[in-house]
Amino acid sequence: MEAFTIHTGRAVPLRRSNVDTDQIIPAVWLKQVSRTGFEKGLFSAWREDPDFVLNNPAYQGASILVAGSDFGTGSSREHAVWALQQYGFRVVIAPKFADIFRNNSTKMGLLPVILPAEVVERLQDEAEQDPTAEITVDLVDRVVRAGDLTVSFDIDDYTRWRLLEGLDDTGLTLRHADDIEVYENGRQPWLPTTV
Amino acid sequence: MGRGTGRTLAEKVWEQHVVRRAEGEPDLLYIDLHLVHEVTSPQAFDGLRMAGRTVRRPDLTIATEDHNVPTVNILAPIADPVSRTQVETLRKNAAEFGVRLHPMGDAGQGIVHVIGPQLGLTQPGMTVVCGDSHTSTHGAFGAIAFGIGTSEVEHVLATQTLPLYRPKTMAIEVDGALPYGVTAKDLILAIIAKIGTGGGQGYIVEYRGEAIRALSMEGRMTVCNMSIEAGARAGLIAPDETTFEYLAGRPHAPKGADWDAAVEYWRSLRSDDDAVFDEVVRLDASTLSPFVTWGTNPGQGAPLASSVPAPEDFADPAQRSAAERALTYMDLRAGTPLRDVAIDTVFVGSCTNGRLEDLRAAAEILSGRKVVTRTLIVPGSMQVKAAAEAEGLDQVFKAAGAEWREAGCSMCLGMNPDQLAPGERSASTSNRNFEGRQGKGGRTHLVSPQVAAATAVTGRLTAPADL
Ligand code: SF4
Repeated sequence: MEAFTIHTGRAVPLRRSNVDTDQIIPAVWLKQVSRTGFEKGLFSAWREDPDFVLNNPAYQGASILVAGSDFGTGSSREHAVWALQQYGFRVVIAPKFADIFRNNSTKMGLLPVILPAEVVERLQDEAEQDPTAEITVDLVDRVVRAGDLTVSFDIDDYTRWRLLEGLDDTGLTLRHADDIEVYENGRQPWLPTTV
Repeated sequence: MGRGTGRTLAEKVWEQHVVRRAEGEPDLLYIDLHLVHEVTSPQAFDGLRMAGRTVRRPDLTIATEDHNVPTVNILAPIADPVSRTQVETLRKNAAEFGVRLHPMGDAGQGIVHVIGPQLGLTQPGMTVVCGDSHTSTHGAFGAIAFGIGTSEVEHVLATQTLPLYRPKTMAIEVDGALPYGVTAKDLILAIIAKIGTGGGQGYIVEYRGEAIRALSMEGRMTVCNMSIEAGARAGLIAPDETTFEYLAGRPHAPKGADWDAAVEYWRSLRSDDDAVFDEVVRLDASTLSPFVTWGTNPGQGAPLASSVPAPEDFADPAQRSAAERALTYMDLRAGTPLRDVAIDTVFVGSCTNGRLEDLRAAAEILSGRKVVTRTLIVPGSMQVKAAAEAEGLDQVFKAAGAEWREAGCSMCLGMNPDQLAPGERSASTSNRNFEGRQGKGGRTHLVSPQVAAATAVTGRLTAPADL
């Protein structure tokens, strides 16, 4: 996973709540068996509308998506995270995230930042007024800085450490293979197997 | 304030699975059953290969083909080359890593959340995961079951565990009895409309109360299935005699002395009377009626007897603008009675409502009647299909003019050819009414199998009682 420490970039205001994973990456894109090439599918239905915010040249190259509440609801498809990352996003800011999406993001190094709805709206206003304005997302100090605004956000210590170090979970868990074996030896004999 | 000493069902199952606990870290949780399908697994198997890792417990892993499966001519090669490659990739991966697979054409094939319970693999007190958000279905047996992303799929394949923070617990107490003709689907749609699509975020929900206990296992699966639509990663129901009766004799259920020992343990799997939930929501089942969605998220629903709401009906500005957008996408006018909404296509199927009981309910209404819409009836598994045919349900559907298909996800998400055309409107027994979910530009109204069947007969959203 790509490590995340401090990122500065421009923001795209996505003024919609309940942005579900079927919109982030429609099902037709899920047929690929590789991990790459998903940027073309990002919001592909919405991008057909010339007025959709990502079609505005002013937001080309922006790397922080500022969205409405309940971002990433719906399916567990990690393809949603891959699509956002491959398009160039490093951070999504929203008042609330769906659990699986948030989890998938932190596994991949896309930082989900939860900020109060008023702050999110203010960031959206500012990104609309001045698409060149930069936002800094600082995971070291757990703050977002935008103009004269500095606001802190919550993230648990463990996830923050993993992101800062760019550590992948599987490697970490395999350090505890002995514990897993001990647990396995104590499992109830009636539990089913698939064979 | 101190909490009671009692524990909730979710806490009991969780504690039973903690492999390792350390200060400041998530619990490392053991996974009893890992279900795999073709869409979310290829990149996970690739990851294993790249790291030189193996599947730790192929004997706790099972795979099926469901999302891409065509529901006609299943024995012919899949026409869409990309879908075909995905299915073939699963076959290669299953063979290489020693995972049992139920491929198309196999009697055990079906939607991943239908086959787990059907085989008796889903049992009370287990942890069940799958790279699919509707894994919450398996919570109907008193298991902690939840959807995971592809990175986590890889993690479970390699370690049979997952690092997880324990969610908070929510009780949804449903008192009273569901009125005649009101189903588990109506109940869960009403729950989602009440708490919202984000209401369950961060929680494991336990469904409790008289109306829940009265549900069949099929009905309980329908309710737990849509927990994710309320934002909850998992929903569960305490096991009871209904659960044990369903499990007895299934291929992977315990036998003989093991059965007795298992049942004794399963009986302890209930929330203690003094257990404290972080949140409690109450509903009175007797006040419910058939429920349909009018918008583009599952929380945008209303009783079928009511009308399309107006954006101004919503006090919250975000909800108001979401409603406005949804009405535009759905091409609906505020104030239109929902019963007047004309439907082009009816879909009965999916992991929400593709089991035998659902097909029976639809057949009961279609018996001796004719459909006026395109009507797809898609069993959730090959076994459901065989059982339905043994009862002659297929004949009822065909006589009514409906299409009787092979098992798969089908028009729930349209990864196969079963899709809505742009602008087409469906009444669907599936679980998501997102924009374009059933085909680009398609419009979806979520309904129960009973409402779907009645709608197929009239061509408008219809409750069976209206016929
Ligand atoms: S039936 Fe629909 S919701 Fe269920 S697993 Fe298939 S695609 Fe997902």
